[in-house]
Amino acid sequence: MRTDKEKPVSPSEIIAKSPQIDKVGVEERVARFQTRSIKNESKMQGLKMALSMIDLTTLEGKDTPGKVMQMCYKAAHLHDQFPDLPTVAAVCVYPSMVKIAHEALIGSNIQIASVATAFPSGQSTLEIKLNDTKFAVDQGATEIDMVISRGKFLSGEYNFVFDEICAVKEACGKARLKVILETGELVTLENVRKASDLAIHAGADFIKTSTGKIQPAATMQITYVMLMAIKDHFNATGKMVGMKPAGGISTAKLALHNLVMVNEILGPKWLDNQWFRFGASSLANDILMQILKTDTGLYQSADYFTID
Amino acid sequence: MKSKKTESSTSWLYSPSPESTAHISLRESYDLYINGKWEKPISGKYFDSINPANEKHLAKIAHADQADIDKAVKAARKAYDTAWSKLSGSERAKYIYRIARIMQERARELAVIESLDGGKPIRESRDIDIPLACNHFFYYAGWADKLEYAFPTRKVEALGVAGQIIPWNFPLLMAAWKIAPALATGNTVVLKPAETTSLTALKLAEIIHDAGLPPGVVNIVTGFGDTGAAIVNHPDINKIAFTGSTNVGKIIQKAIAGTSKKATLELGGKSANIIFDDAPIDQAVEGIVNGIFFNQGHVCCAGSRLYVQESVAEKVIQKLKDRIQTLYVGDPLDKNTDIGAINSKEQLQTIDKYIKIGIKEGAEIYQPACNLPKKGFYCPPTLFTNVAQSNLIVQEEIFGPVLTVQTFRTVDEVIQKANNTPFGLAAGVWTDKGSRIFNLTTKLRAGVVWANTYNKFDPSSPFGGYKESGFGREGGVHGLSAYVKLS
Amino acid sequence: MERLEILKTYKIYIGGQFPRTESGRYYVISDKKGNPLANICLASRKDARNAVVAARKACGSWSEKTAFNRGQILYRIAEMLEGRKEQFVAELIKLGSTQKAAEKEVELSIDRIVYYAGWADKYQQISSTVNPVSSSHFNFSVLEPMGVVGVSCPQDSSLLGLVSTIIPVITGGNTVVALASESLPLCAITFAEVLNSSDVPGGVVNILTGTQKEVVATLASHMDVNALVGNTKDFNSFSEAAVDNLKRLISFDADWTKPEAHGLHFVSDVQEVKTTWHPIENIGGASSSY
Repeated sequence: MRTDKEKPVSPSEIIAKSPQIDKVGVEERVARFQTRSIKNESKMQGLKMALSMIDLTTLEGKDTPGKVMQMCYKAAHLHDQFPDLPTVAAVCVYPSMVKIAHEALIGSNIQIASVATAFPSGQSTLEIKLNDTKFAVDQGATEIDMVISRGKFLSGEYNFVFDEICAVKEACGKARLKVILETGELVTLENVRKASDLAIHAGADFIKTSTGKIQPAATMQITYVMLMAIKDHFNATGKMVGMKPAGGISTAKLALHNLVMVNEILGPKWLDNQWFRFGASSLANDILMQILKTDTGLYQSADYFTID
Repeated sequence: MKSKKTESSTSWLYSPSPESTAHISLRESYDLYINGKWEKPISGKYFDSINPANEKHLAKIAHADQADIDKAVKAARKAYDTAWSKLSGSERAKYIYRIARIMQERARELAVIESLDGGKPIRESRDIDIPLACNHFFYYAGWADKLEYAFPTRKVEALGVAGQIIPWNFPLLMAAWKIAPALATGNTVVLKPAETTSLTALKLAEIIHDAGLPPGVVNIVTGFGDTGAAIVNHPDINKIAFTGSTNVGKIIQKAIAGTSKKATLELGGKSANIIFDDAPIDQAVEGIVNGIFFNQGHVCCAGSRLYVQESVAEKVIQKLKDRIQTLYVGDPLDKNTDIGAINSKEQLQTIDKYIKIGIKEGAEIYQPACNLPKKGFYCPPTLFTNVAQSNLIVQEEIFGPVLTVQTFRTVDEVIQKANNTPFGLAAGVWTDKGSRIFNLTTKLRAGVVWANTYNKFDPSSPFGGYKESGFGREGGVHGLSAYVKLS
Repeated sequence: MERLEILKTYKIYIGGQFPRTESGRYYVISDKKGNPLANICLASRKDARNAVVAARKACGSWSEKTAFNRGQILYRIAEMLEGRKEQFVAELIKLGSTQKAAEKEVELSIDRIVYYAGWADKYQQISSTVNPVSSSHFNFSVLEPMGVVGVSCPQDSSLLGLVSTIIPVITGGNTVVALASESLPLCAITFAEVLNSSDVPGGVVNILTGTQKEVVATLASHMDVNALVGNTKDFNSFSEAAVDNLKRLISFDADWTKPEAHGLHFVSDVQEVKTTWHPIENIGGASSSY
């Protein structure tokens, strides 16, 4: 493995090493992934992979224990009528719902992810963010999805953003940390790349596009830029970092396009729910419908797939 | 309850996804399209067109000789005198729009045939060649009734009969580049496609027929070099438009020297693609790949000489090698194929010859591991590093998926190296700095300069070369000049 | 038994929809013998305002379409019009045309649209310049659409006048709020149906029926209308109202029935000119003798 001659030490040095990005070129590159035609066995394989990578998510003010329990049951029983389906990778809930999810999922291998750090805006003090994180972990969260301070990032306070991620990482203990960049607020691809590089160097186990509350969310262009950051880091250090596009991926077709992109940029090692996730609430059923279509040859109706 | 995981770390290979050939119709044999009719060649001679991807026979094609060409030129002359030159610009426009529309309707069929006959990936023929060809007709249709704006204060007249000879790398697109401006300006046409790729030009003849053009306005004659020579030497032709090799271009210029025939020549190239250290590096890598591996490198403006600034050379070459490993080489009709078949056995031999020369010259070769199909003509994407300006593989046009990589230190140095060639078709510049781009576009001696992109074509944008890459421009307003007499 | 004909309701065209005027008012147009032909919407100031809102909303995406794409869409209008030729001929005859004159008017309208379809990706090539400034800068000037353009369609020409004034304006990427001829409005609304079925996005062309006094006056004083196009003689009463936002007034005196009553200036007059300066660094190449 090659290593960079000088290892970047400070956030400003990390940022300075982030490459230039030409948006038009990125759009053309991404369009190429979208022209890949995934058929037959490779389609079935891809669909099942996508299913196993979902973080089944509910992040609403109106969430209740009842809603979370039902979603957890669905997470473990996606479509029992069809044999040998994987479960989703994780459920993703607010800290207050972690305990409910934890109890509902006892005995399964499904991870419990919780958003923390004053999600979704992140507009709070470090102390509250760390407490938020610790609370979620204490309640049983095995993964923490934090948000970065976008306001600080946009005003150039990279040290602040970097230190905050480091602190939350420490608070996570054994839980894996996903760092949400909220790319819709960072706007430019250069910013996305810089924020990715910062998060990776600060110890993120995963980098994640969005909260799902801001549009645009996980576009292919954004995910491409973040995957390239992961690739460059891997080439330089040999360390793998995971990727989670979240928000806006609601069809099997889009999920497959994303997997094609991961396959061709990062390679098969990342085609695993240890390293790639989809943050989604309605993706699972569309994939299930496609799996049954691929199996039976018949186009499916949503009436035959359970919501929760 | 147990979480079931799909097998990880096994590679995810895409199942074959071939484009259907069920909806195309090919005849067993094709005659010559002369004067609105399909005419047998007077000699009775035919040749085979094969699919370079599997060496299977596709159709028999008529081999036109001098007598056939004479018939075609007479038909074109008569059509010019009695029909085409009598029409108003706006009526000519409507005919050309019709051609564009019918081509758009039959686009997929044309794409499939283009890939079958020429070996290019269906993704390219479907997404690039055919749409561009349609758009070219659409664009020039609009000029037919606006020529006074293109040449203000001048009297604009057609030249008469245009003889057009096109290459095998972009068969239908080159036919469009030639025919559309000729018709828009009021000329009639005798066009010869290359012998390995006649089919889409013959399909275009069907389309032109269906569009109801007066007989003789467009004549499509097939054959070899002798057929082309018969066009070039025919005394009643007013204009020769040729795209092909520099050698043949010189022969043509010699043949018509001293006659009143006008000519435009679009010839070879050895274009420089220049990467500065502040370039958007991942997009530059894409641009390098697109620059040299587009259409198997069978592109006259291919970015075949790569110049990378030394401070980023190691990184760029590593990224380039990584990227090349993900290219799918194989069946042109598979929708996932990135690099298709080499157009002909002869061309594959030429490419192989240069690869051997490169190795002999001491250059370092890199080819990714890829399973090439057993039958058919294929060449993996190839990089040569450790080369110098004096290497033959840096100087001569290979016309295949072979890239030479050189490094440079300063702007001055790279400008000199880029210009240090008898060719001057195109160049690419990759840098984040706008003022540097304009410096290079000013200093590079090439007909097209792409900045932070490569191999972009548009009907509204003129294309053509400096120096031994030919003269005249195709596309845009400038493309009209080649087909008009001004007074 | 003879079949009873279904009569057509003529409504206005705003944002890709065909509402009735919000005012509920109408006026009657009649044939030469005085028999009523149709009830026509008498559009109000509020309708005009709604149309401007729709036109403004459509402005961004229409002007950002590629020139080629706009050309394709314009050509599609011509195709759709050709397919409904007979309907337009019939309407023109109802309004007093002879068969022959009606056919000629429709054919000329189709050809005129095709003509402008061709300009969509060419006007810029003829009108733009690269300016050889005396410093180390690359300097170029290109045309850009003005934005929302009010069009007061010719009074004496039902279809051809409308086509000749609206089409070049949208060719250049502007969006339009047009007032149809007051006395000959039938074809205008039928033409709106053609636009609506030919890939023209809703809001790019909005067509109202009513009076100049009410609709054009509203457009003239509207602060979010960038330019006003119409016949010179119709303009005098509105030119003062247009001053408040320095509205561009583009007036034409043309006999639209003449085949040559078209041209680049109908497109380029409804455009702004934008000039860009960009530095050119000057390094290297000294030893090449060019």
